[in-house]
Amino acid sequence: MSVLTVHGLNVSAGDAELVRDVSFTIGKGERVGLIGESGSGKSVTASAVMGLLSEELTASGSITLNGKQIVGMPERQLSRLRGRDMSMVFQEPMTALNPAMQVGKQVAEVMSLHRTQPDRRSARAAAVDLLGRVRLPDPQRAAKSYPHQLSGGQRQRVMLAIALANNPSLLICDEPTTALDVTVQAQILDLILANTNDSALLFITHDLAVVATVCERVLVMYNGRIVESGLVRDVFTAPEHRYTRQLLASSDLEATDENGRLRTVSHD
Amino acid sequence: MTTAAMKRRTPTLTVGAILVGLVVLLAVMSFLWTPHDPTRVDAAVRLLGPTGDYLFGTDKFGRDLVSQIMVGARTTLYVGVVAVGVAAVIGTPLGILAAMGPRWLGEFVMRVNDLVLAFPALLLAIMFGAVFGASTLTAMIAIGIATVPSFARIARSGTLQVMSTEYVLAARAAGRSRFAIAHRHVLPNVAGLLIVQSSVSFAIAVLAEAALSFLGFGTRPPTPSWGRMLQESQELLAVQPRLAIVPGIAIAIAVLGFNLLGDGLRDRLDPRLAGRR
Repeated sequence: MSVLTVHGLNVSAGDAELVRDVSFTIGKGERVGLIGESGSGKSVTASAVMGLLSEELTASGSITLNGKQIVGMPERQLSRLRGRDMSMVFQEPMTALNPAMQVGKQVAEVMSLHRTQPDRRSARAAAVDLLGRVRLPDPQRAAKSYPHQLSGGQRQRVMLAIALANNPSLLICDEPTTALDVTVQAQILDLILANTNDSALLFITHDLAVVATVCERVLVMYNGRIVESGLVRDVFTAPEHRYTRQLLASSDLEATDENGRLRTVSHD
Repeated sequence: MTTAAMKRRTPTLTVGAILVGLVVLLAVMSFLWTPHDPTRVDAAVRLLGPTGDYLFGTDKFGRDLVSQIMVGARTTLYVGVVAVGVAAVIGTPLGILAAMGPRWLGEFVMRVNDLVLAFPALLLAIMFGAVFGASTLTAMIAIGIATVPSFARIARSGTLQVMSTEYVLAARAAGRSRFAIAHRHVLPNVAGLLIVQSSVSFAIAVLAEAALSFLGFGTRPPTPSWGRMLQESQELLAVQPRLAIVPGIAIAIAVLGFNLLGDGLRDRLDPRLAGRR
């Protein structure tokens, strides 16, 4: 049985449709990439799955997580699922942590909150363990530091620790490596791979190389629709949709057009 | 505090802290010792100029000015604490509620806020005095209520700012409830703004107490108050300007001190500068 099933999802802001008729499933232990340009509806889709759409946006269709319907679920029930059954890593590690709270506390909190640790002390110990698992050097000390004392890569590790704290069945990563430099990116990707064996993973990015490294299947979004989907190998070797072909061509850093420039995606 | 942080401390903050410290010191000392009983009336020593025994001289009842200033500092601090306390305790939750609650509730709270803001603080205090009887406490509760809108506004704008940050989204993604977000994430991050507002409001409250006591709606005799000392000096202003100058300077020091403290704290707690510390 699949962990996440999205069927006929529409998200609109008033008359404007941001996401149109999106359907996909992710099974247990499966890693799916969601690619597409900025504004194509990737993040909106992820927010809809988390039930975190802002008030101006309305979702229709069906999203089920382990058989539970997310669309239209009351906030109180949603907040019980978030952080326990599904969690999310955000793009910007500089702003996704509370600047006024020690990071160890922020990790421990997500466990005490969902009562996955019996008391404060064991949550605290588990937080230090997790910080070690995401390979923060000296986790004891790291737990006591504030976000501004950590580097971008270290903060993203903390975010990952928070997301993984309760062994969620679904982990959504919304461009988790975009804000990091290349060497740190590779380390974070390794960590995500090493820690999500049983979880379903939805990995949003516009970096095709990252998709090739992390994912088994890929969904290509364009203008609010999924225009292509399939195994990474198939989609990347034999793209069917014009946009996918252009996207792949533009990521080839050795091919140039007739003017000697790198290829880009055309919009018409 | 590290030495690097010490260096970045602005002189504004230091000067403000020293002036406020001076007022606090006077108030604390007055509990232990004053040169004379500040309320003792003695016709034999009335209207003395500055002497060794009476450093700033005496007033028309023969009371020692230094002792009155010292005990008056207590009134000044009491006044500030009550007014700021009332304003912060009512205004902060209102502002956070206005920002986090449903839109109609936020609009309603802010419009009522505007209504209170439009009403002159001193007039409100005089009304309170007329209805409940003039005392330091009623005057200060009135000033506190009149200051609620400033706290509500600042708490609201700070909350809106915090609510739009990614860490609040991340907290929701981790399953935090709205109330918990207000308590754990919003409050600590708007506390800096509110501390700054407190010290500025403190200065306004001190000035308001002086003005109300001057008008006869504030602190009742015989409790020494800087504002009432000014009022009592009125009829002798031409012959004994010293009687007005001494409490006047005291008020100016306290108000200046709290304002500078507020400015200095704002510079230090400004979230835009947080990354550079």
